[in-house]
Amino acid sequence: MRLIGKQEIEDIAIGAALLGTGGGGDPYIGKLMALQAIEENGPVELLDVDELPDDALVVPSAMMGAPTVMVEKIPSGEEAVGAFESLQKYLGKDVYATMPIEAGGVNSLLPFALAAQLGLPVVDADGMGRAFPELQMVTFYLEGVPATPMVLADEKGNNSLLNTVNNVWAERIARSATVEMGGSVMLSIYPMDGKTVKRSSIHHILKLEEQIGRTIREAKTHNYNPITEVLKLTDGYKLFQGKVVDVDRKTETGFARGTATIEGVEEYQQDELYLRFQNEHLLAETKDKTLCMTPDLIAVLDSDTGMPITTEGLRYGARCTVIGMPANSKWRTDKGIETTGPRYFGYDLDYVPVEQLVEKEEA
Amino acid sequence: MSNYRIGIDVGGTHTDAVILDDSYNVIAQTKSPTTTDVSSGIYQALHEVVKASKVEVRNINYAMLGTTHCTNAIVERKRLNDIAIIRIGAPATLAIKPLLSVPDDLKAILGKHSYIVKGGHEFDGREIAELDEEDLYRIANEIKGKVDSVAITSVFSPVTKKHEERAAEIITEILGEDVAVSLSSEIGNVGLLERENATILNAAVVNVAKSTADGFIQALKQEGIEADVFFGQNDGTLMSVEYTVRYPILTIACGPTNSLRGAAYLSNKSNTLVIDVGGTTTDIGVLVNGFPRQSSLAVEIGGVRTNFRMPDIMSVGLGGGTIVQVHGDQTFQIGPHSVGYQLQEKALIFGGDTLTTTDVIVGLGKAELGDPAKVAHFDKTLLENIYAKMVSMVEEALDKMKTSAEDMPVILVGGGSILLPEELQGASEVIRPENFGVANAIGSAISQVSGEVEKIFAMDDLGREQTIEVAKNMAKEEAINAGADPDQLVIVDLEYVPLAYLPGNATRIRAKAAGALKNTVGV
Repeated sequence: MRLIGKQEIEDIAIGAALLGTGGGGDPYIGKLMALQAIEENGPVELLDVDELPDDALVVPSAMMGAPTVMVEKIPSGEEAVGAFESLQKYLGKDVYATMPIEAGGVNSLLPFALAAQLGLPVVDADGMGRAFPELQMVTFYLEGVPATPMVLADEKGNNSLLNTVNNVWAERIARSATVEMGGSVMLSIYPMDGKTVKRSSIHHILKLEEQIGRTIREAKTHNYNPITEVLKLTDGYKLFQGKVVDVDRKTETGFARGTATIEGVEEYQQDELYLRFQNEHLLAETKDKTLCMTPDLIAVLDSDTGMPITTEGLRYGARCTVIGMPANSKWRTDKGIETTGPRYFGYDLDYVPVEQLVEKEEA
Repeated sequence: MSNYRIGIDVGGTHTDAVILDDSYNVIAQTKSPTTTDVSSGIYQALHEVVKASKVEVRNINYAMLGTTHCTNAIVERKRLNDIAIIRIGAPATLAIKPLLSVPDDLKAILGKHSYIVKGGHEFDGREIAELDEEDLYRIANEIKGKVDSVAITSVFSPVTKKHEERAAEIITEILGEDVAVSLSSEIGNVGLLERENATILNAAVVNVAKSTADGFIQALKQEGIEADVFFGQNDGTLMSVEYTVRYPILTIACGPTNSLRGAAYLSNKSNTLVIDVGGTTTDIGVLVNGFPRQSSLAVEIGGVRTNFRMPDIMSVGLGGGTIVQVHGDQTFQIGPHSVGYQLQEKALIFGGDTLTTTDVIVGLGKAELGDPAKVAHFDKTLLENIYAKMVSMVEEALDKMKTSAEDMPVILVGGGSILLPEELQGASEVIRPENFGVANAIGSAISQVSGEVEKIFAMDDLGREQTIEVAKNMAKEEAINAGADPDQLVIVDLEYVPLAYLPGNATRIRAKAAGALKNTVGV
């Protein structure tokens, strides 16, 4: 167990933007909510997964809805209290701790705001190890954990308890309730016991985010290359370095998809990288070879500062370094690849791990 | 008989002033050092340019000021209003209180009276909660006599501003007309925290704007000038004194905007990149149809994240006074520090003791200034290396400002632009127009007048086309009232957002008209 205060939150926010792999929503609002909650209630306990009793009730928390609504109608902070109370009553058991369902973007920080307010610890684990767009794209789902019973809550005090036959129905009903409740709600979802958390989650992800954030933040003062250090922390590979020369966005099958073209510099001169994204970066390839693909992580970093660049932030002229990081082994199973692999996102490719792709190129 | 106009632009290093005739010919121009209090620098520049022009002061009809007073007040945390902050949005929004992300020293000054009241709207126009008028009356009585400016922000007010307007009525009813009220819906876009911050800053500089306007009018009077006074705003158009005092935050970044507008005028180009090199920085902007491209990202002012309209400017720490440090092993560092307005004392070529970028170009024979013998001892290869680095700093920034790989024309303005060569990577041509040194003051003087309307219209009444026409005409009317020539007005901005769940096919329309000041030639 250790305590998470304001500086740790600032660092986790940077790490969350990086593991958001270009998407996951701006962690800014989540960061400010966590900072205020910590200012008012003191630091939050971060629990190692091993410290969790097997029978403890753990309820992950997250925000669902349109990011444009959340930046305007900021949460009250009380939503989760109602949601947790309602779930506790239904399950007849007190919630022991909360945790994030995704490690990227806004949802990696919201659990800290709630935990500070409720006096609960946060478990150092999540269900993605990165960011993905849909409710079933979590390692809990791979292990057969149902999303419900779940509670959606708004700032007005409404909360609604869902029991659904499967996670697809959960996604569908929750989506329409969210619109009716004002476009942005707080979720208590995937309730689990400690044993299930240990088995089905990705461990030590918040610690990793904090280390990534601190490394990038301190690079300038300690005079080291932040990108090299991030690669060490994530077992990652430098895939490419260059300048964004074109960004092509189009709406396809209801999603904003696009391709960024990056012109190489230095040892990558004479080559071009194509970055395919749909909220998150999903595929990095050159004219004749694939360098990294989902569920492995692709992040674009500012070549000077090492700060992560989101897909919206990709603009002509951005000097960037593209890195690939191996996904957690849970995603590299057959079911994991079926759920978040290249074919699920519409690319006619068989999944090959990043380390093999890079090795092939170097050989 | 000719009509003249004065344009003044206050920069970080110099305060520039010009007098133009009614065909926009430059009759006189001066550069005075910008002073710590800003105002005395303005008086000085005004006095000198009037003297130099020899025009009869009664023939000066217009005076335009691009000012940094409001920016300075925020950055230096000085002369700010005593404000109250009212946010309407509870029970939502409580998780992040006003000013949470604002630097502590500013929070201490601006955060003395901060409230979150029940009310606000959902994205579709429904109420989150009924506006708590009782609470607003209580707050109004509590802050009475303690504040002179109030910032009001309501959730989703860019969609519907009913609650903000009602809150303003209550505040004015209790506090009186003398207390300024800033409404967020008139200042920023969706994004509550950034819009609220912009509104708070606006409320905080109302008095600074008032005293600047009064001071400028007084200074003109002292010179015997009875002119219509306008202020530059950051979209490249002018605003009246009355408008300036209501929306003083719109003066922020009008300096770079004036340079862009001046560059467009001097080069007769309307879609180009503009590089303005001053004493401390190089500012790069993009002209789209003659007006500055606006930033699509949140912009920080004095450490505060805001989202009101701002020109998209990239600033590089390179100017005529930038200090160059040479280390023992012939490596070097350019900037970030600058000798600023002390170039004439500090630069080597003027007998000073500091190596600056200006010394580098003189040493290379690229400019004739001061005493070149004072830099003759420098190794030429070293100077060439420094120069190459200076140019590549600008070229990289230039490339980042472009939206595509295509080369674009580049206009060089500003006193420091002698630092840059006739050819730049990414530029299809490099233009250095006549009077490039005072492009900003010229931009200020030739600015157009605008009028804006933003309202919710029921499209069902007149139909789409006609409703938009009505909105356009209202904007033109506003511009004419502000002094624009009706024959030269064009609609420069038009935006309509349909509002779901409201009766009558309600649509929010924003229209902006801009045109030249009505010319009084021959009257």
